[in-house]
Amino acid sequence: MKEAVMASIVEELHQLDVKGLQCPMPIVKTAKAMKALASGDVIEVIATDPGSVKDFAAWSKATGNDLLESTAVDGVFRFVLRKR
Amino acid sequence: MLELKDRPAEQIVPVVPLERSTAHEKLVIFAWSGDLDKVWPTLILATTAAASGMATTVFFTFWGLFPLVREERRMTGANWMQKMLSVMNRGGIGHMKLSKMQMFGAGSGMMKILAKQHRVASPAELLASAIELGVKLIPCQMTMDMMGLTKADLIDGIEDPAGAMTAMLDAKDAVTLFI
Repeated sequence: MKEAVMASIVEELHQLDVKGLQCPMPIVKTAKAMKALASGDVIEVIATDPGSVKDFAAWSKATGNDLLESTAVDGVFRFVLRKR
Repeated sequence: MLELKDRPAEQIVPVVPLERSTAHEKLVIFAWSGDLDKVWPTLILATTAAASGMATTVFFTFWGLFPLVREERRMTGANWMQKMLSVMNRGGIGHMKLSKMQMFGAGSGMMKILAKQHRVASPAELLASAIELGVKLIPCQMTMDMMGLTKADLIDGIEDPAGAMTAMLDAKDAVTLFI
């Protein structure tokens, strides 16, 4: 029981704001942020670089970190990634 | 941030279940040029490769060595020829020139303004990121000797000077670029 409560607290969503940044900084900053995470951790990245849509899919393929979501709302791109 | 999740997404980009690409895990760039418009893409490619988990090496040779010189070094070299070279071709990541449209400094100045306006990372920022991401930056020993550059003239965080063979060993099973 205690462990289940602990797990739900630990299972927070990590966030990274790279709005305004251009290639390659959204990827570079995400890779840096990922280093601090544990395997299975999930991070939400918010970007405005239109090139990042393809770049995050490619980065996921290159690194094996899962891209769980890739959405666009009003020129803001949101990626949800899970560390391998 | 979280409320974005609840908003209707205009466009859902399909997330394709991806198999991990394992074709090449290494990148080696031979950085020969000291031009701003070549060093910049070199650093973009090196940081991106390192961020994607590739073991990345950049071997800096000939003019390519000068971006690694400490910014504050005004003059390097032991004899008049090496000293003159350093004055005519000032080292440091912030002192590079464009290969075209340089216009006596106006070109590279405008390029820096445009980069700032569009929030493109500067070469200095990318160089710091490369070091932070563990990119191996190797200065060419032969060029250093010939042009009168010492280890003390170069920035911290780079590898010890080495020869072509060291870079070639890394390049054996890597993607290689000569820029």
